[in-house]
Amino acid sequence: MHLLICGGTGCKASSSDAIAEKLKTELAANNLQDEVQVIMTGCFGFCEKGPIVKVLPDNTFYTQVKPEDAAEIVKEHVIKGRKVERLLYVDPAKKATVEDSKHMGFYRKQMRIALRNCGFINPENIDEYIAREGYQALGKVLTEYTPQQTIDIIKKSGLRGRGGGGFPTGLKWEIASKNQADQKYVVCNADEGDPGAFMDRSVLEGDPHSVLEAMAICGYCIGASKGLIYIRAEYPLAIKRLKVAIDQAREYGLLGNNIFGTDFSFDIELRYGAGAFVCGEETALIHSMEGLRGEPSNKPPFPAQSGYMGKPTNVNNVETFANVAPIILKGADWYSSIGTEKSKGTKVFALAGKINNVGLIEVPMGITLREVIFEIGGGIKNGKKFKAVQTGGPSGGCLTEKHLDTPIDFDNLIAAGSMMGSGGMIVMDEDDCMVSVAKFYLDFTVEESCGKCSPCRIGNKRLYELLDRITKGEGTMEDLERLRNLSQVIKDTSLCGLGQTSPNPVLSTLDNFYDEYLAHVVDKKCPSGQCKSLMKYVIDPEACVGCTACARNCPVNAISGERKKPHEINQSICIKCGACMEKCKFDAISIK
Amino acid sequence: MTKVKSLADLKKMKETLQAKIDLREKGEAAENLVQIKVAMATCGIASGAKNVMDFLLEELEKRGINAVVTQTGCMGYCYAEPTIEVKLPNADPVVFGYVDTKKADEIIERYIKNGELVDGIIPVNYESIDNK
Repeated sequence: MHLLICGGTGCKASSSDAIAEKLKTELAANNLQDEVQVIMTGCFGFCEKGPIVKVLPDNTFYTQVKPEDAAEIVKEHVIKGRKVERLLYVDPAKKATVEDSKHMGFYRKQMRIALRNCGFINPENIDEYIAREGYQALGKVLTEYTPQQTIDIIKKSGLRGRGGGGFPTGLKWEIASKNQADQKYVVCNADEGDPGAFMDRSVLEGDPHSVLEAMAICGYCIGASKGLIYIRAEYPLAIKRLKVAIDQAREYGLLGNNIFGTDFSFDIELRYGAGAFVCGEETALIHSMEGLRGEPSNKPPFPAQSGYMGKPTNVNNVETFANVAPIILKGADWYSSIGTEKSKGTKVFALAGKINNVGLIEVPMGITLREVIFEIGGGIKNGKKFKAVQTGGPSGGCLTEKHLDTPIDFDNLIAAGSMMGSGGMIVMDEDDCMVSVAKFYLDFTVEESCGKCSPCRIGNKRLYELLDRITKGEGTMEDLERLRNLSQVIKDTSLCGLGQTSPNPVLSTLDNFYDEYLAHVVDKKCPSGQCKSLMKYVIDPEACVGCTACARNCPVNAISGERKKPHEINQSICIKCGACMEKCKFDAISIK
Repeated sequence: MTKVKSLADLKKMKETLQAKIDLREKGEAAENLVQIKVAMATCGIASGAKNVMDFLLEELEKRGINAVVTQTGCMGYCYAEPTIEVKLPNADPVVFGYVDTKKADEIIERYIKNGELVDGIIPVNYESIDNK
């Protein structure tokens, strides 16, 4: 028998260590220490009801366990085999206790569709993909459905583009299918560029065939015989696995001529990008594939009319493709039963930042930020206070405490001043300065702007300079006004999505954290203590005993003073590294 | 390898492959075939999954344990890389996190040999599409 105790940070904070100790003592007292093991596990993703104790092999799931419950669990459950009723989870809907975890799937907030095979199959073995119904969706559409019927299924499922824009996928395919041409192309956009986002890489590395299969299905629908995957050279493992997968699919005749004995032929090639953010924009991506500069061009013409080599081209993101095969096999109604009214299905997010369970998650649309951050994510690191979460990368914005209970979907995020983006979620705590966060994203945009249109090339640079001034305490109230106006101009006049969205981090922090901007501008203070120019390390002469530890550790010799007498920091030399504060044993140094 | 010529072909292949894997999981499993998957996406490899995989391959053979070790993609638990999944005969698969070679050794000696769980289990916290 095993007693599993959640050792996630949330449960640890509510004394799961003590529970484990207590259980061990109780077991030892009953001479059961050899038969029953007490095991610490990772987070169960159910922190709301923690600490959790799970008993194996019967899967009993105890919630909100306290150290003093240990004796009862051992005496009743372990020895007499009777469940401790009062610790069982009560299903709020049915008002009944749930005896074992196999019957409480509802606590599992994640649902894996796009990631269905990631971490299950060997991505370099096509047989394992086939064993999990791989390529059956392709076989089904080729032999049972017309292209239009297939498009109708995708349309009915409500699948929307997962790359950021959220354009209805079925509609996109339909437009491309209606344009006549001797050659058409299916392009997979694997140019994942948001800082901190790695959803697409994980899908390509973990389940490359799911993308190949969906591209072939798309080719059948729009009448294309050629597929291209645009992937950044910075993803060598994903490239390697894609190559292996393409070779294996060709060998099995699942790519190539007359697939499944039909007239349909389709093959896929890779195209490498140099890792430019703007190449995630579909026109820039197409130009880059053509060997031209990765610069966007005006729409229309849309790629569906004139794309790669001037031919009708359908561009979808990796995650969008990864959803296609299950929709075909399980039906549009199944897919559209998941999610919210206008955003169907699931979304993969890369959780990063000040959160305990950094990782890759897939959740149904409509889940709240609170569930993602405090349940699946296990809460904020080191028990700090939640401040904001950045979604949508450099094109998105910050969501704050007041958005915690907003259901996450395409439209709600836009209404809240951010966007879905490709799925990066960066969590920030009380120590993060929101002006610096905005500056970080603008720094990224300035670097990644292709320079073709002036609002983006020059405007973002000016935005960055304004923010930089503010973080140095040189900002004025007029600067705040200027930030807003300039942002609006850049949004209204930029050529492509990059410029049209790049001021979002500025606008959303201005909206949600205006007081922080005011603190920087009016009081010349950074409330989170992040802006170095605005802070000062000072030694409290009352508390300082003159041990010289700070002076010895100061890398720039900014601290002086006689031994056993209060020391002093020369502010004009100090580089604000904080080494002195770390070394001081008497808490005499503080930030002002 | 023969080409897949029709959907019926593919379905037949699926059954055989599935059966092969099932046999591994259920039938012959009684003859103690242990299955281990090592999460080998970029993140896993960067945290040392390759070493762990090599270690497992080498040590399992040395210690005479009949096991299949394969690589797989990202399991999503980046905070606990490297992660491995161990499936013992007639048991549900168990995912372990923070697996270095020392932990791998402990898993072999305690879990694989004796069925004793060890610290570092990551509970399954998602629905897969198979049960929907």
